[in-house]
Amino acid sequence: MKFLCVECDRQMTFEERQLPGDGTLAAAFRCPKCGRAVALLTNPMETQLVSSLGVKIGGTTVPAEPLQTIRGMVATGRDDAFTDGQSDEPAPSAARGTVGLSWSTEAQERLSRVPGFVRGMVKKIYADYAKERGIGEITPAVMDAARADLGLEGM
Amino acid sequence: MAGPARGRHYSRMPLHIRTYHDLTEPDRSGLGEQIAAQRRRLADRLAVVGRLLVVMSGKGGVGKSFVTANLARALARDGQAVGVLDADLNGPTVARLLDATDARLVSQDDGVLPATGADGVRLVSMAQLLADGQPLAFKGPAAESFVWRGAAEAGALRELLADIAWGTLDVLLLDLPPGMQRFLELCDLLPAPPAVLTVTIPTPESRDAVRRAMRAAVERGSPLVGIVENMVGGEFRGTAGDDLAVEFSTPVLARIPWHPTPDTWHLLATRL
Repeated sequence: MKFLCVECDRQMTFEERQLPGDGTLAAAFRCPKCGRAVALLTNPMETQLVSSLGVKIGGTTVPAEPLQTIRGMVATGRDDAFTDGQSDEPAPSAARGTVGLSWSTEAQERLSRVPGFVRGMVKKIYADYAKERGIGEITPAVMDAARADLGLEGM
Repeated sequence: MAGPARGRHYSRMPLHIRTYHDLTEPDRSGLGEQIAAQRRRLADRLAVVGRLLVVMSGKGGVGKSFVTANLARALARDGQAVGVLDADLNGPTVARLLDATDARLVSQDDGVLPATGADGVRLVSMAQLLADGQPLAFKGPAAESFVWRGAAEAGALRELLADIAWGTLDVLLLDLPPGMQRFLELCDLLPAPPAVLTVTIPTPESRDAVRRAMRAAVERGSPLVGIVENMVGGEFRGTAGDDLAVEFSTPVLARIPWHPTPDTWHLLATRL
């Protein structure tokens, strides 16, 4: 999928991805010459089809977690399907400094609502995202940014 | 009479539009590269698998999973490192046949460790991932779900191949569901067409259905390893195994009676 600015005859470059939360996706592309921007808007069915392929419009900056598509898309997974030898409970902010990364109370509460089938993977994705960017505390705002930046549709 | 509002008449302007392949500037999405990376990951994962063997049949209810599980156990008892991937995503039974229904999968950074079942056979089955009694259901819009469900199942199959840290295996058996769809997906995913072990029962009805599957396998370039004729000696009468063997110039490796013994499976294992 590519976009061409016909007037400039230049390939438009990906600029931003947004997930409104209703199953749709918006991706903005801009002409590097004239600056004109266009938005690709996909309906829920089209968004799902792209997700099913395990690819992300706009690219990805972190490697996919093992079985990421399965864990992210299966609605009937069992909560205890996976063990990873680590607690799914994130370190609270009070523990900051001992593990290098902490979770705000609001972020912990939000993570606790993630189904057990996918929680361990989601926790790791957010933690890796924060570490890569030098973020010390994961908050709901960080989680929102990660979802948009990484294209975590459905998580 | 007013002219074009902005002084340019776009509707009549012939557009010179380069084609997709003409556009060679760097593309941050890199969807093609993402797909290529998926393929490389899968190929790398299977590089330590000595032999990949697909157990299939065009017919349902002929005992593919039963044959797969018992063949895997026989190979393992003979000292081989054996893995089984239950590719029947919607009707998984291999975990139960290998006594590993409750075995949990261990997630690591670079892959998910398979469970260990009877006789040390390593396995992964959707039955281990789904809540008890629940069908395989995906998140997403329910309307027109046929548009994306096939892609989702193919994506799940790809991940089960690429993300399970099997370790070094002598043999990886793939237990396919009835029909040809999963086999065709495999051919698209794997670096080369997989070798096929065909399972049938003796009846002419089974023969006709299995023939179509074998024909499709040949057309995709898959080597036919042989035929297992299952449920022999009971109510199911016919010569499907021999008929297919002659037609496709491939041997009948075993005729499995209704009450097979470990020796039955050992014999099949030695003939592979």
